[in-house]
Amino acid sequence: MEEYSNKVMDHFMNPRNVGIIEDANGIGEVGNPVCGDIMKMYIKVKENVIVDVKFQTFGCGAAVATSSITTELVKGKTLEEALKLTNEKVAEALDGLPPIKMHCSNLASQALKAAIEDYLKNGKEK
Amino acid sequence: MNQKTIYFDNAATTRVSPKVFKSMMPFFQNSYGNPSTIYSLGREARQAIEVAREKIANSINADKEEIFFTGSGTESDNWAIKGIAYANRKKGNHIITTNIEHHAILNTCKNLERNGFEVTYVPVEKNGIVNPKDILKEIRKDTVLISVMFANNEIGTLQPIVEIGKITKENGIYFHTDAVQAVGNIKIDVNELNIDLLSLSAHKLNGPKGVGALYIRKGVKIENLIHGGGQENRMRAGTENVASIVGLGKAIELATEDIEGKAKYLTNLREKAIKSILENIPHTIINGDRERRLPGNINVCFEYIEGESILLLLDSLGICASSGSACTSGSLNPSHVLLAIGLPHEIAHGSLRLSFSKENTEEEVDFLLEKLPPIISRLRDMSPLYTQVKK
Repeated sequence: MEEYSNKVMDHFMNPRNVGIIEDANGIGEVGNPVCGDIMKMYIKVKENVIVDVKFQTFGCGAAVATSSITTELVKGKTLEEALKLTNEKVAEALDGLPPIKMHCSNLASQALKAAIEDYLKNGKEK
Repeated sequence: MNQKTIYFDNAATTRVSPKVFKSMMPFFQNSYGNPSTIYSLGREARQAIEVAREKIANSINADKEEIFFTGSGTESDNWAIKGIAYANRKKGNHIITTNIEHHAILNTCKNLERNGFEVTYVPVEKNGIVNPKDILKEIRKDTVLISVMFANNEIGTLQPIVEIGKITKENGIYFHTDAVQAVGNIKIDVNELNIDLLSLSAHKLNGPKGVGALYIRKGVKIENLIHGGGQENRMRAGTENVASIVGLGKAIELATEDIEGKAKYLTNLREKAIKSILENIPHTIINGDRERRLPGNINVCFEYIEGESILLLLDSLGICASSGSACTSGSLNPSHVLLAIGLPHEIAHGSLRLSFSKENTEEEVDFLLEKLPPIISRLRDMSPLYTQVKK
């Protein structure tokens, strides 16, 4: 099997920002259990800035690592900056992913986008 | 890494035993002659091959002339299925197998289907064992071969070989069994069981990789798979892999020495581990029949988490195991065997297979049983599916 980079292993073994934000004002969930990957992102937005972000993931090593690094990449960023994050940039930040993982397990930026959309639709008044 | 390796993946492959390794050594640099030559250097190699052939024949109660060496268990399976199909096409072009076979059988059958043959894949029951009546129902006038594995490689279930052997004998159909996981673990007598063809592989029984054998009962009509020179009684071409063949002979001799004692030892380890896992980890399912399974096989699903993550955390402690999750199968679907026993995809993704060998100690199993529950909780704490359940 193709090896994970040290950075992927670091984020898998020591994931950052795992958990739930009880008073999140945006929540996004992507993937489905049938294909073996689900990611849920919780964001707390204040004055257009993501002040806190946490995740939960059901999935393989790559799924956990991409979720973890995504939270690091967007914490403290404005919504506009955060929306520029792509799956490719997430993979790059992890020093690459095995090709087979690029599509199935690299969903974290979509989960983040879903959380931002949720915030823009429903969360602003919270 | 300084950490000790704990190897619980003996269904994937095994360590070459020191005695096997030693038996192979002379054939790399001393008795390196081509077994097809007439001088003494070649005759030594030829003789060693014949001794190995005899050991294999003895281990399954076959005749020496019925054992043919191949390059792997996969090659043996390909040869059995394609060789019978093409040689008996005039009689019929229908094959029966099960939906939990190894890919070496399933993908060979798929290939035959693309070439005009018909294949029936009989589903197994929820316990991972095929019902012989379901096989009997599928027999047609043009059925030429029934191929059912002896023991499943993932969930370890033992198939009803006795009953299927009776059915094939009564109906004049050839019976092939992929016994790659069974040889050395279960006592096999090809005559008692009416087996016509049997595949085996060396690296599952502490022998080297890259060598296997196919047992072909005398009188069975079969075509060659590998064409070329006249080796293996003109049945399988290619200069013999002498050292590995010798290693296979030695490995099978050692593996069949004390099958009952080994089975007792492994069953104890297995039962201890299953009991502890079920007691200490909630939302856990044991896959495959609890009794009719290989002595050293455990296959378990931990709900709400994914298998590769479990393997990575076990690996960080030096423990080697495997999983039927999509990520570890290299495809988007989890194992076909776990789906065949009726598990939904999301549960099949959380599977863990542990396969013990006689080299494993009780201390190693204790170490696993101590480390596994916190690994499972750690992943569940991260899982959005588990949060929903807790609510």
